[in-house]
Amino acid sequence: MKILVAVKRVIDYNVQIRVKEDNSGVVTDNVKMSTNPPDDNAIEEAVKIKEAGKAKEIVAITIGDDKAQETVRKALAVGADRGIHVKADGIVEPLAVSKILKAVVEKEKPDLVFMGKQAIDDDCNQTGQMLAALLDWPQATFASKIEVSEKSLTVTREIDEGLETIEVNIPAIVTCDLRLNEPRYASLPNIMKAKKKPLDQMTASDLGIDTKPRIEQIKVEEPPKRKAGIKVSNVADLVNKLKNEAKVI
Amino acid sequence: MSREVMEYDVVIVGGGPSGLSTAIKLKQLKSDLNVCVLEKASEIGAHILSGNVFETKALDELLPKWKEMGSPIKTKVSKEKFLFLSKTKSLSWPTWLLPKVQQNHKNYIISLANLCRWLAEQAESLGVEIFPGFPASEIIYHDDGSVKGIATQDMGVDKNGNKKDSFESGIELHAKVTVFAEGCRGHLGKQLIKKFELDKGKNPQQYGIGFKEIWEIDENKHEEGLVMHTAGWPLDNKTYGGSFIYHAENKQIFLGYVIGLDYQNPYLSPFDEFQRFKTHPSIKKIIEGGKRISYGARALIEGGLQSLPKMYMPGALLVGCDAGTLNMPKIKGSHTAMKSGMIAAETIFSHLTEKKSLSIFEENFKKSWVYEELHAARNVKPSFSWGLILGIIFTGIDQIIFRGKLPFTLKHKHADHETLKPANKMPKIVYPKPDNEITFDKTSSVYLSGTNHTDNQPVHLKLKNPNLPIDFTLKEYDEPAQRYCPVGVYEVQIQNKIPKFVINSQNCIHCKTCDIKEPSQNITWVTPEGGGGPKYGNM
Repeated sequence: MKILVAVKRVIDYNVQIRVKEDNSGVVTDNVKMSTNPPDDNAIEEAVKIKEAGKAKEIVAITIGDDKAQETVRKALAVGADRGIHVKADGIVEPLAVSKILKAVVEKEKPDLVFMGKQAIDDDCNQTGQMLAALLDWPQATFASKIEVSEKSLTVTREIDEGLETIEVNIPAIVTCDLRLNEPRYASLPNIMKAKKKPLDQMTASDLGIDTKPRIEQIKVEEPPKRKAGIKVSNVADLVNKLKNEAKVI
Repeated sequence: MSREVMEYDVVIVGGGPSGLSTAIKLKQLKSDLNVCVLEKASEIGAHILSGNVFETKALDELLPKWKEMGSPIKTKVSKEKFLFLSKTKSLSWPTWLLPKVQQNHKNYIISLANLCRWLAEQAESLGVEIFPGFPASEIIYHDDGSVKGIATQDMGVDKNGNKKDSFESGIELHAKVTVFAEGCRGHLGKQLIKKFELDKGKNPQQYGIGFKEIWEIDENKHEEGLVMHTAGWPLDNKTYGGSFIYHAENKQIFLGYVIGLDYQNPYLSPFDEFQRFKTHPSIKKIIEGGKRISYGARALIEGGLQSLPKMYMPGALLVGCDAGTLNMPKIKGSHTAMKSGMIAAETIFSHLTEKKSLSIFEENFKKSWVYEELHAARNVKPSFSWGLILGIIFTGIDQIIFRGKLPFTLKHKHADHETLKPANKMPKIVYPKPDNEITFDKTSSVYLSGTNHTDNQPVHLKLKNPNLPIDFTLKEYDEPAQRYCPVGVYEVQIQNKIPKFVINSQNCIHCKTCDIKEPSQNITWVTPEGGGGPKYGNM
């Protein structure tokens, strides 16, 4: 079995996001970037499946500018065998990502495609679903547990009502939840080895995909600041404020 | 326990200006050397915090074509101001009356973090292997006691010291020469200084704590290239310190404050002094209406030549502020740190190719302009132990008339942890509440540093005696850790009427102040799991 895992380079989750002054986007210069956290879970799960002897090859793929390569290298350092970097500048919307992935899937012919349930920068949560539609493959989203058998997967999904367990036939798309596993650390010797693992580079246009955004972004703004809370002295005061100031009752 | 071993010609601990300069110079001298740099931060630059007005002298020697190589050194100093502050007034001191070392017209306003990121790119293009996210946590010795290399931190250990599923053992990196370039109060450097008695016959090291905030300010108030320093208020005559305000590119100003850690009053809170400083009318008018976008703090070296330890030992060298090469009257340490790294590289080169002893480092160092600079600067900081006014008068005589050539050397008498006076003998200081426009609390500040440490890992701030903070330090000094820590790692909480000492180690920004100032030296800073700590952008 062969698993393709899609990873994305995003602003590190610890960094406080700052909006550009001209409202055209967020500041990314000299900002610490990392792998999108649930993508780390996707890679980890693929590596676990391979370690259990159920997969032969893991291919990590990313789409983005030159520096996005770091994200693939990291995936290689924790156990992916091979990398693909599809170069694309600027915003690549989920539909374009799905089309690129579809083209790569048709070339690579994996049995499974794993990725994070959503990216923490745009929070779209669309790519896995769109890819499933484009390929006409079954999908299992928000996976918190995956069991692999020969022709199918049993996947536990984190849904609003609780946990849902479904079975999907292979080939399939799985989007991973943070609860799926605890990603391992890349060891220093493995980082060294990862530098020597093969990494194919191509551009979106090599694959015949137009990545031009379909959505016009008008402006990016910071959320309004919350006012500091106050203490009320009694219930009458509270009711009065709710009625006359907050106007909620 | 046997750990995996990797062999290098040279292992460098720390990816700051001194370590990266060592690496670059080594590869320039001998391109087939195997050189690696370990960095505890998640990426190069993320733990670098500095003013910074940069003197290019060392860089001119290291990479003479830096101007054509896309370096982030762009804003030339165009104007200088020096102000003495009283509570409400300010007195501008003519810059021609400043000692020459404090004149900056040839220098640049830079972000040292960005300079390090660029130096790392240069080093990598020369074949240096750089590993961010890997703290060197332990020194490895040969049987004869010489340094063999270092071991990296184990990853995936829980708070009780047990291995988690994700456990990944640290590895040993062995080298012909190991270079320690951890910056001020490096935790391995500290062990080496003790083991090899590198500070024998030297004065106790002196430290300061430096704060820095980046603000985006109104275009009309911004003068790109303006460098301003202040002395005086809010500090009293006895406390050593001052501020800097550098107008950088993109309407940003780098605003900061440095306070000598030899202060005496345990009630003093360096963080609150810095916040209060910003309320001075001549400062407030600059930042009013602006937006604070970054915050951080870091201890720095102030001891100078008298406190500079021996920088060589069998198998290893100590460079930059891991030893203490900062030039205090210049308020600059980047160029001297870089040069010390370059001298280290030259020393290692002749050690490896001509079998010369590493002790020739001392000779090379003494022949260099760094030594000359530090020698001329040596009397400035100790003169301030007489107070601000006498310090300034003496510095004027020493630096302007004698140009640092007075025939005597003043001494630093006390280590910084010895200077606190008992709380009951000192006045309490009441600091104004933050207004959240100009001044802020520690909680909202630490948020801007982006610091984080993975939950469920051992506390990396170790107490030698866990009872001491409550049983002694609280009673004697009102536990000053609550105040000297710039991010509120240490708290005394009253639980059921019983005081309890709490360490919020996940907030730590690796400034090392606690390791320095704790009056009984009861706190030891050790490396947390790799990648933890602040995520500074252009600090």
